[in-house]
Amino acid sequence: MTRRRELVRALMAGAAVGALGGCAATAALSSSAKVVVIGGGFGGATAARYVRLLSDHSIEVLLIEPNRSFISCPMSNLVLGGMRELADITASYDALRSRHGVTVVHDTVTAIDPARKTVRLAAGPEIRYDKLVLSPGIDLMFDSVPGLQQANTDGQILQAWKAGPETVALRAQLQAMRDGGVFAITVPEAPYRCPPGPYERASLVAAWLTLNKPRSKVLILDANPDVTSKGPLFKKAWAELYPGMVEYRALQKVVGVDGSTRTLRFDLQDDVTADVLNVLPPMRAAALALQTGLANANGRWCQVDFRTFASTAEKDIHVLGDALLVAPFMPKSAHMANNHAKVAAAAIVAELQSLEVNPTPMLTNTCYSYVSQTEVIHVASVHAYVAAEKTFKTVAGSGGVSAVRSELEAGHAVAWSRNIWADSLG
Amino acid sequence: MWTTHHRRWTTHRRRLLAPWLACACLLVCGAASGQTAQALQIRSLAATCANCHGTDGRAVEGSAIPSLAGLPRDYIAQQMRAFQTDSRPATVMAQIAKGFSADQVNALAAYFAAQK
Repeated sequence: MTRRRELVRALMAGAAVGALGGCAATAALSSSAKVVVIGGGFGGATAARYVRLLSDHSIEVLLIEPNRSFISCPMSNLVLGGMRELADITASYDALRSRHGVTVVHDTVTAIDPARKTVRLAAGPEIRYDKLVLSPGIDLMFDSVPGLQQANTDGQILQAWKAGPETVALRAQLQAMRDGGVFAITVPEAPYRCPPGPYERASLVAAWLTLNKPRSKVLILDANPDVTSKGPLFKKAWAELYPGMVEYRALQKVVGVDGSTRTLRFDLQDDVTADVLNVLPPMRAAALALQTGLANANGRWCQVDFRTFASTAEKDIHVLGDALLVAPFMPKSAHMANNHAKVAAAAIVAELQSLEVNPTPMLTNTCYSYVSQTEVIHVASVHAYVAAEKTFKTVAGSGGVSAVRSELEAGHAVAWSRNIWADSLG
Repeated sequence: MWTTHHRRWTTHRRRLLAPWLACACLLVCGAASGQTAQALQIRSLAATCANCHGTDGRAVEGSAIPSLAGLPRDYIAQQMRAFQTDSRPATVMAQIAKGFSADQVNALAAYFAAQK
């Protein structure tokens, strides 16, 4: 079947499901309303699912996602550390279709026309929406580090920050590294996707090297003045579990790379050469957000009305997840994107059903990080919308980090991942 | 094609429903969809627990984090207060529970107790 015919079939199926849903849910006013969601990551998948759930399946939802499968960034460091396979963190979009009546189309959006309220697919068709949810994720700004784009294209310097083939490729580089080699990971200036992610990665690589190539070294080169998340817990784990193996250096801003010699250049410090380089460049909202004029904070991040996550640039477009200019202490995390999606979904359902939009939405966040193959730490927070300041603020007295690293929390981390995958994908 | 069909359908419906919609909204806002603004807000509040405890409090099988669906209302409210006052030791929940007001805790307890 051609891609175009497949698409038409998917759209037809969606129309049928929508019509049935409308009948079943009485003569719902919203039965004609159509929500289009772009991006099937934690934000977009959750938005698609919760618009269906919160409207009792009366609002039609079309989800557009280029990838056939969902691959989770949370837990992907376990693949690098040899504790999981990529298949273990890969999930299907089938339940969104079969259990929730979401029409899922695997294609790329080439343009959004906010005035006409349409999106254009690479396969050709133009699709109308009443409400658009854009959960585009981030783009890695390879061009901001001279030499990096080429080195990445050539497979010499990987990011593996978007979980998938690069995760497997970086794992292979670690397996091929000599005992006594150096694995160097660079951390961009905040804000970036998953604040504790680079430190968890360094920990799990160190855990694997300790067992397999114990003379090796892990070098963390951080553009920030200090570890950006759970700092004392990570530093304690590195000192106690990997003495002499993990070295942390702050204020190391990468200004160039050479893929063929695996060399990093810095603005102030001497060059560093490593056997395996994992360079995380600065990040910004994905190109589609920029192209649509939604990245109205420094041309890099998207600003929203936090009560509904509606874009402040264009009407009837809600933006979620890592692409946002975040509220204070709001991390760019999967958990947070999932929670953004629920606030946006409830606001969309309320507007389409002519109900008052929740004046006091809430968000929670929990990020678990492995510091060894058996022990985990967390950071948690609760955020309440403060109408007077039009933003989310952490609730006084709430939130915090683990008292100690523990095996107990490793059990919680696994449960968290399985529950959030199910909550996002159905 | 579905897209074209949809556009025509939408325009037609709008014309047909517009006058009816206006008066219906004054009288039974939300009633046609079968839920009130308050009910939607409580569902939305409960959804902040779903990441860890499962959608509507139904955790996946074998989850080390417990399901909340169908637990007695008083038990849920009591445990949340115990987390808030640190009288029940916890890794995460003591930090999360302190972010919710007494009214929110009661609403959450009632919501999850009602999930079967």
